[in-house]
Amino acid sequence: MLKALKLEPEKCTGCLQCEMACSYENTGAFNPARSRIKVFTFHEEGRFAPYTCTQCEEAWCMHACPVEAIVVDMATGAKNVLEDVCVGCKVCTIACPFGTVNYEQATGKVMKCDLCGGDPWCAKACPTGAITYVPADDTGMERMRAWAHQAPQGPASTNQPREKQVNVYMAGQQGSH
Amino acid sequence: MRHVIVGAGPAGVVAAETLRKLDSEGEVVLLSSEPEPPYSRMAIPYYLVEQIDEAGTHLRKGRDHFEALGIEVRHGRVDTLDPASHRLGLGDGTGLEYDRLLLATGSHPLIPPIPGVDREHVHTCWTLADARRIAERAVEGANVVLIGAGFIGCIILESLALRRTHLTVVEQQDRMVPRMMDQRAGGLIKQWCQDKGVTVHTDTRVEAIDAGSGDHPLAVTLDHGEAIPADLVIVCVGVASNTGFLDGSGVRVDDGILVDRKLRSTVPDVYAAGDVAQGMDFCSGEYAVHAVQPTAADHGRVAASNMAGRPLTYQGSVNMNVLDTLGLISSSFGLWMGKEGGDSAQLYAPERYRYLNLQFEDDRLIGASALGLTEHVGVIRGLIQGKVRLGAWKEKLKQDPTRLMEAYLGCTQAIGHNAGVLRSA
Repeated sequence: MLKALKLEPEKCTGCLQCEMACSYENTGAFNPARSRIKVFTFHEEGRFAPYTCTQCEEAWCMHACPVEAIVVDMATGAKNVLEDVCVGCKVCTIACPFGTVNYEQATGKVMKCDLCGGDPWCAKACPTGAITYVPADDTGMERMRAWAHQAPQGPASTNQPREKQVNVYMAGQQGSH
Repeated sequence: MRHVIVGAGPAGVVAAETLRKLDSEGEVVLLSSEPEPPYSRMAIPYYLVEQIDEAGTHLRKGRDHFEALGIEVRHGRVDTLDPASHRLGLGDGTGLEYDRLLLATGSHPLIPPIPGVDREHVHTCWTLADARRIAERAVEGANVVLIGAGFIGCIILESLALRRTHLTVVEQQDRMVPRMMDQRAGGLIKQWCQDKGVTVHTDTRVEAIDAGSGDHPLAVTLDHGEAIPADLVIVCVGVASNTGFLDGSGVRVDDGILVDRKLRSTVPDVYAAGDVAQGMDFCSGEYAVHAVQPTAADHGRVAASNMAGRPLTYQGSVNMNVLDTLGLISSSFGLWMGKEGGDSAQLYAPERYRYLNLQFEDDRLIGASALGLTEHVGVIRGLIQGKVRLGAWKEKLKQDPTRLMEAYLGCTQAIGHNAGVLRSA
């Protein structure tokens, strides 16, 4: 069964080990600037969101490529950049509506996630399970939730959160020492 | 069912492959007006700097790719279309019958009415044949004059500079890439190119191309009187759709072939795609020719689906482009010039050659242009085409326009412990 990267922002602590692992695996150096997965920071809320290519069905990047330098890996379903064929025209970088194909000036080529050939290092490096590599069907629920979140939001039909009775234990009352 | 596709550029090739997938029984004929296998004009600049050979420009790399798919590639020019008899008249006097026809004939370079533009060593840069001739003349130390600094001119500019020619660029409008960049960005691109040793004249017209004296066969006279000795002149002043053969066919043509949201022309069983098609613009809702690669690919796929009897309605194309001028990368999307009643966010750091211009209508992004941005640039398309409601993120973007990716994720993904589901309206 085809597997996919499942990204769960709520579990991400922003440690950036995924970026370190990705860059080391793919470029031979610990250099987050060259990582294909990125952790985005939401300072105001103290939240983080790892994000990378979802290997989408539409494959905008692949269809826009003028020289057939992006191909499907039949084993993993990943859309891979053939570096020896890529001319560096960057059309795929503007065609991908998720912003997950980047041009690298150092190499003159584009780069994107290739699922490390079916053994993604970001998932192995993630200490909190925010990035997992699971059967592709399991990621569908997350996508549905994301879409539901994006839909026009009227008044929430859920109950308002109520203040709960909270028992406060004073340190002095707990022990007898 | 015989599907005939005229034109073997990206729109034609994507359409042929899509038709083969959706209609395995039908006959698919791809007609090319050039002798080479289907290739990409986008790749010509990289051929000119010898990064790739001619085979590197081919749209499909596999040997016998089209044959293996059962797509018949023919070479020939179309002279006439007779929709009543479903028949094309070809240049060699023969005819070609179709059941469904896709016109993906692309565009051709415009030739400005400059005296002497028909001289030897004056070329357009459009086909592989043009590129071969340019490669012969644009040698190290040669004097080259490039007329036109639009998108195509600028893409070739880099190749000519990398070939170590003495390059002069002449643009009659007030800035470089005027249809893609505003005054600020166009000005920075000019500054950048001049710093790299390219002479750039804006607001300048070419008066004449005369015979040269001494070692240089040509002399290019500018409107302020200067005469530039030249070994090669390249003309890149724009392109126009190839529709000449449609005269008298009944197919309605404006800037290009007018197509509806199914990519149908005004004549039954005749579709159009790519540079030749004037289809719906996603941003303005009007009909426009978007002569860019992603639109060609989208058009080809949608037209083919409709031709194969699987109705698909096109949502319109976002005009977009990306350009590399000697290492300075620029891009533009949609209504980058803004819309009346809308507002904008800008980051302008000329000393770093950085510029980011976002245009909003209400709390939606409708266009953008950028200089020096290569990270996650595609998300601009996603925000525009997804009509993503930015809500509170619009204000954050006005403070820091570079937070595009965070805005996209914040608006479309479940971020945070309760994933926002309890957020009050």
